[in-house]
Amino acid sequence: MTDHSNTPRTTPRASATFDDYTLSEIRRAAATGIYDIRGGGAKRKVPHFDDLLFLGASMSRYPLEGYREKCSTEVVLGTRFAKKPIELKIPITIAGMSFGSLSANAKEALGRGASAMGTSTTTGDGGMTNEERGHSTQLVYQYLPSRYGMNPDDLKRADAIEVVVGQGAKPGGGGMLLGQKITERVAAMRTLPVGIDQRSACRHPDWTGPDDLEIKIEELREITDWEKPIYVKVGAARPYYDTALAVKSGADVVVVDGMQGGTAATQEIFIEHVGIPTLAAVRQAVKALQDLGMHRKVQLVVSGGIRNGADVAKALALGADAVAIGTAALVALGDNDPHYAAEYAALGTRAGAYDDWHEGRDPAGITTQDPELMKRLDPVAAGRRLANYLAVLTLECQTIARACGKSHVHNLEPEDLVALTIEAAAMANVPLAGTDWIPGRNGGF
Amino acid sequence: MNLSLKPATAEGETLVDLATTPLRELNGALHKLAPDTNQTLWKIAHPAGRHAIAAGLDVPVTIEIDGPVGYYCAGMNKQARVIVHGNAGVGVAENMMSGFVHVKGDASQAAGATAHGGLLIIDGNASARCGISMKGIDIVVKGSVGHMSAFMAQAGTLTVLGDAGEALGDSLYEAKLFVRGSVSSLGADCIEKEMREEHKALLAEKLKAAGILGEVDIAEFRRYGSARTLYHFHVDNVSSY
Repeated sequence: MTDHSNTPRTTPRASATFDDYTLSEIRRAAATGIYDIRGGGAKRKVPHFDDLLFLGASMSRYPLEGYREKCSTEVVLGTRFAKKPIELKIPITIAGMSFGSLSANAKEALGRGASAMGTSTTTGDGGMTNEERGHSTQLVYQYLPSRYGMNPDDLKRADAIEVVVGQGAKPGGGGMLLGQKITERVAAMRTLPVGIDQRSACRHPDWTGPDDLEIKIEELREITDWEKPIYVKVGAARPYYDTALAVKSGADVVVVDGMQGGTAATQEIFIEHVGIPTLAAVRQAVKALQDLGMHRKVQLVVSGGIRNGADVAKALALGADAVAIGTAALVALGDNDPHYAAEYAALGTRAGAYDDWHEGRDPAGITTQDPELMKRLDPVAAGRRLANYLAVLTLECQTIARACGKSHVHNLEPEDLVALTIEAAAMANVPLAGTDWIPGRNGGF
Repeated sequence: MNLSLKPATAEGETLVDLATTPLRELNGALHKLAPDTNQTLWKIAHPAGRHAIAAGLDVPVTIEIDGPVGYYCAGMNKQARVIVHGNAGVGVAENMMSGFVHVKGDASQAAGATAHGGLLIIDGNASARCGISMKGIDIVVKGSVGHMSAFMAQAGTLTVLGDAGEALGDSLYEAKLFVRGSVSSLGADCIEKEMREEHKALLAEKLKAAGILGEVDIAEFRRYGSARTLYHFHVDNVSSY
């Protein structure tokens, strides 16, 4: 018998394909027989705004003084048809998130923070609460396939209407709110039995396609006497065509949400494998508007993975009029805060990675309907944190704009940008840094 | 009132000719009516399939439309009585909250979609997805309804004197369905249920509201509702999704 005890062994090597996460998911699936559901957006690394850089001023361009020369940030949304466009002081809005997926205190905090900074917040699947209407000086009312809580009174007291065709986390998917979060109040607002799993439709019940949408938008305008801006929100999938068709349908504003945009709950496999990154969507949407002669006439709002003022500035430079934040706003409120590290650990996760928002056990009291957990979120203090964060995003965006010599953040332009990677250069349609090469420049879009 | 409308022909009666009056002018005037208005009867001529006629009303007046209407007639209606002397396009009375809508002809798809309240009567047939996602409305169809009617219907009643197409009540929640004729097939989680006395009384109430109590035999109706097996996702039900 051969003695192998002294034979050198290779070190244990995990598979790149079957990595630890993949193995754990296979075991989880085998044990439960059901797909993994979670909240949030795509967690995989995708080309993003980090892959772009601003060039800043130099010999041929001069900058503005950081603390003395004005760099404006206001934005007006809905100038195409609405009698009463929305006037925002900053180009950063709060994306649609439902009461039901979020606690009433969280919705109030979003309203408080947004209002303090002169920007808008947005309802979600489940209707409008008095808390968010009362604390939001400008509130966008989402018009979703489920029509939960939809009524003409709220339509008329909204400041704008957002027809949701899709969202970045799940283009082509409907909503999902599991029974743990269907409390009596949530159920009553949605006309559903308490405690059941609520699965929203993925298509609108009374229109299909852009020709019908045009008629639907006309109806909404008639009901609201043509006062409200009407947004059309799409998940980033075919942004060139979707934007063009939204314009054709009569939208005042197009919202394009990339795959990093969050959801309250959907299948992990859906979040990670359907839709395209925000970076890949912006220029296509802008190109559609430009080709139609509607850039800056129909406003473009971009969302999905906006984290700092550089992201804001880059989205604007690529041609967006404003951005929307969701996940980052929740973090500013207190979501995934290390303060609750022990409780996240008890849930089998950790602060920063917690995404089982659908289970309603959020230690931070944000993605929950548990009355005791909800109390943990002080809407006044959380609203202040959000306002602070929005202020920082704005200051950062202004800092970059001034460095590029812009007196308004909307004066940022693609010419101010270069890309760090070939992929980002191709997606954003800006040159690879140090070259004048834009991959795929003549390849469409 | 700054409207190019004909003078009232009788007390409280206003005539509007959509061949000459822009729809915006009509709907704008209807939205401005005070709750105690004495303009309680509006007669609309030449609708010609125009969309969104009488959408968004919130006043107890009667609108009589002389001809066919397009999409979303009486959409989101509150309080008003809207009578269509003709056929109706997609989404008639969609998201109605209260009031009464009566289509004297046939209705296209998604009649009464997502509506929370009120009564919708269709004298003829209704196409596919009648009562889709309904949330409390009562719908009475004197003819037949198309496929996927009452899909994800949450609350309210759908009464069909004729037949129902395929996949009736698919993914139904708590809406109650009464069909006198045949049902091509039932959708996922929709089952036939016993017609007890309280259900006969409920049906009689709806037939009475529609003005046809006594004209049809309640004993001829069958009741359909949710089996409630899909209320919580379970892998054993995966073939139903």
